[in-house]
Amino acid sequence: MTVNVTRRQFFKLGAAGAATSSMAMMGFAPESAEASVRRFKLTHTKETRNNCTYCSVGCGVLIYSLGSGGENAHQEVMHIEGDPDHPVSRGSLCPKGSGLLDFVRSDGRLEYPQVREPGSSEWTRVTWDDALNRIARYIKDDRDANFVQRNAQGQTVNHWTTTGFLAASGSSNEAGYITHKVVRNLGMVAFDNQARV
Amino acid sequence: MTNHWVDIRNANLILSMGGNSAEAHPVGFRWVTEAIEHNNAELITIDPRYTRTGAVAQDKAFIRTGTDITFLGGLISYLIETNQIQREYVVNYTDASLLVREDFGFEDGLFTGYDPERRAYTDKSSWMYQVGDDGYALRDTSLTNPRCVYQMMRAHYSRYTPELVSSVSGVPVGDIQRIWRKIAATSVPDRTMTILYALGWTQHSIGSQIIRTAAMVQLLLGNMGMPGGGVNALRGHSNIQGLTDLGLLSQLLPGYMSLANASEQDYRPYIDKRAKQPLLPDEVSYWKNYEKFHVSLMKAWFGDAASEANNWCYNWLPKLERPLYDVLDTFERMSKGEINGYFCQGFNPLASFPNRAKVTAALSKLKYLVIMDPLNTETREFWHNVGEYNDVDSSQIQTEVISLPTCCFAEDDGSIVNSARWLQWHWVAAPPPGEARPDTQIMADLFLRVRRLYEQEGGVFPDPIVNLTWDYKQPAKPSAEELAKEYNGRALVDLTDDQGNVTRRAGEQLASFSELTADGRTEAGCWIFTGCYSEEGNLMARRDNSDPYGIGQSLGWAWAWPANRRILYNRASADTEGNPWGANKALVWWSSEQGRWIGADIPDFPAQSPPSAGLGPFIMQPTGGGNFFGGQSMVDGPFPEHYEPFESPVGQNLLHPNNPLARNNPAARIFAGDREALGSWEEFPHAATTYRLTEHFHFWTKHAKLNAIVQPEQFVEIGTALADEIGVSKGDRVRVSSRRGSIYAVAVVTRRLRPLRIGDRDVHHVGIPLHWGFTGVAKKGYLVNALTPFVGDANTQTPEYKSFIVKVEKA
Ligand code: SF4
Repeated sequence: MTVNVTRRQFFKLGAAGAATSSMAMMGFAPESAEASVRRFKLTHTKETRNNCTYCSVGCGVLIYSLGSGGENAHQEVMHIEGDPDHPVSRGSLCPKGSGLLDFVRSDGRLEYPQVREPGSSEWTRVTWDDALNRIARYIKDDRDANFVQRNAQGQTVNHWTTTGFLAASGSSNEAGYITHKVVRNLGMVAFDNQARV
Repeated sequence: MTNHWVDIRNANLILSMGGNSAEAHPVGFRWVTEAIEHNNAELITIDPRYTRTGAVAQDKAFIRTGTDITFLGGLISYLIETNQIQREYVVNYTDASLLVREDFGFEDGLFTGYDPERRAYTDKSSWMYQVGDDGYALRDTSLTNPRCVYQMMRAHYSRYTPELVSSVSGVPVGDIQRIWRKIAATSVPDRTMTILYALGWTQHSIGSQIIRTAAMVQLLLGNMGMPGGGVNALRGHSNIQGLTDLGLLSQLLPGYMSLANASEQDYRPYIDKRAKQPLLPDEVSYWKNYEKFHVSLMKAWFGDAASEANNWCYNWLPKLERPLYDVLDTFERMSKGEINGYFCQGFNPLASFPNRAKVTAALSKLKYLVIMDPLNTETREFWHNVGEYNDVDSSQIQTEVISLPTCCFAEDDGSIVNSARWLQWHWVAAPPPGEARPDTQIMADLFLRVRRLYEQEGGVFPDPIVNLTWDYKQPAKPSAEELAKEYNGRALVDLTDDQGNVTRRAGEQLASFSELTADGRTEAGCWIFTGCYSEEGNLMARRDNSDPYGIGQSLGWAWAWPANRRILYNRASADTEGNPWGANKALVWWSSEQGRWIGADIPDFPAQSPPSAGLGPFIMQPTGGGNFFGGQSMVDGPFPEHYEPFESPVGQNLLHPNNPLARNNPAARIFAGDREALGSWEEFPHAATTYRLTEHFHFWTKHAKLNAIVQPEQFVEIGTALADEIGVSKGDRVRVSSRRGSIYAVAVVTRRLRPLRIGDRDVHHVGIPLHWGFTGVAKKGYLVNALTPFVGDANTQTPEYKSFIVKVEKA
């Protein structure tokens, strides 16, 4: 009931145009309404600040997870909502961002390294060691076989064109930076991210 | 964005063109509605469709896809001929007065220097200003010399009459003139228009030039550098800005530096070409510091191994033998069997690249494919038969696929850059599912294994691998903080000023890129980010949302590149005396008491250079001004010109009906096989455009239940007139086909799409949302790139997804 009353007052104020900021007029929920719900639902959760992973508005989100974060305690995200302090989004999320929890907990999430062998129609689970050793070996063999130090005109080019890399513009700057550092210094030039498309 | 999301509220007019922000950037769009409600602003949309943005616009027009340059080019002509320009701004802050070389010209759709055999401008030498004996450009500030940029531009667009614009674009003359009039009203100093665009401008074979035309309009109106102004790219992915800034593109290095071409064998000319010197006396021309940024990057990557003696490892960087090794080029080579290995880190090329049949064939030729993704993408399963949705024979595909599960945003620390250039830091909320790992850790671990192989076995040119700096506490698990500090940069030795005073101790984090040196005393992995992680700490994590000037400038929230500046070119928000153009447009201004620029933003200008010194506000440009004349920067001409999409529903380019070379962008690259796969409008009469919906994000959210529930099934939108013509009613299934493939989907029959009158015929548009595929929890659907053509923008190679032709029929 508390919530309903607060919301109704909020809309009344909005209609009168008095005492509410333009932000409230735009549909940003009043803090009191937020707070009275959250107190029940989110007790005992950990609050973490983050940003929506979809578009480049970069709306602020608060992620609530259960579990202490201690060594053996399993932590799980159980709620995500807009961050009311965020100067762009002021607590709002769009229909994409409102589904972030279902992205984090999607059945489509990959959990283990796997390999699909040539000609096969199925996946086989492998260890991280197996997967990374395999890839490192492929990188080395292909690079050693096809790295070009000098081109036909005798110019120094020191590049490797037979392996390419697409980087993720949904990943962090830190991932992007280390990816560039590694990929470029292997000599790769066929290297792009989603900005190309 | 030159400006930022909240700043949209300061606009008097908002032009939404080449984008649909109410649908694709809904929360950012709230600042458009804020401007309408509280700044009395008007929103105008120009789009082939009646969009969600258009639904709340005060004025709108419908335009044939791919013809935006005609509308904007005609606008340029209108502004000039009716003298509705911000003259003081144009004369002092742009290159309008500079003279262009006498041998530069434009004839029948082609600029000087074209080679039809190579389909390229092979001689761009005339695309330049006239330069005097002192090395500076010649100018005529009266703007009357027929060779001055202003008069050249005027002549170029004089062809773009309202009647011609209408006959090409399908926008009625009355709509054109009404909207031009409204836009022209922002030429007064204290009113601004902001332009919002997205992939509706980039995904054309003339995409880069559409955006240039918009920038030219904004310069004529004096709207660049102004609150509520600018040309604002509303970017797609959450960190597509950051990955661009960090240079993860085939020809770039971090911070918009570029790799050398094979012809650039020597270090000094490589630097000199990029360290642009002023073209007018005393101008800042900030790129003249290029070597400081470059050497600091080399020190970040190679540490002590990079020295002046070896030209800071110049030869270790790969050099380019083609203009671009972009994705279209790469998949062309892959389809010919020239690529053995391919990595897809959070990228789904089977769904995202044009001509899906070609992409499948290309991936099938790989020896190995590595997938790093939080989700089961279509590319990961490209070899898997999923009936009509992925009709392949697994046994015939010899590609080995190695799949590595990665964390999503909720499971790693780090920063992402939003469209407004804000670097915002986030924190881990929970561990990832199963054995998934962060991308940083995967890349580090993989690198260490490769390096170990080189150390143990030797191999070809191991130098950049075995010498790469790797000082992370846990080498296989660099922390986000360590990497952020590295791209920010630090002093390697004590730095001193002219008097020998120590300004920065060895090992300290740098606060500004102005501290970088070209002699190896500093390192910085991405110079434009320098300042984000200084001795003060991690400024990207700041959360002070206060807005002391009340114009939406929260400088204490996160950190924006460059230098925490929120509006680029903001010196242009003040007149030549240093005063704001209008009281309601005050952003930064000159304080004679303090002897420096002050205000609500970090001045984009030398802080103590008085207005009387007369420096231009566009400090990255050698002229100090905004450029109407593109010089040699573009591959397809110094002035934007309209060319038809490679697949066009009309037979000719009405601007150059008699020159087949100028029908499509004459400088756009198209591979022979892909040209053969273009359709003709007689066979495929309907103009098609792809787009996204508010409920979905690309091909990700079909994996998320909520989104899959609200928008479960693939559809295409067709207008009622077309539906009547082909006998389709709403809910029927239709087949949409191009020369390259076909898809089936439910038809949404709507009045939101109307035929446009082009020449003597009605052209129907077909709207094709792109979110479905054969993995995920939504209903299975067809990848729409079965239809799209394999050709891109001449400059960027961004595929032409927004303009192609199809045939729609009842299934
Ligand atoms: S919530 Fe919506 S508008 Fe905000 S960042 Fe996410 S996708 Fe963009």
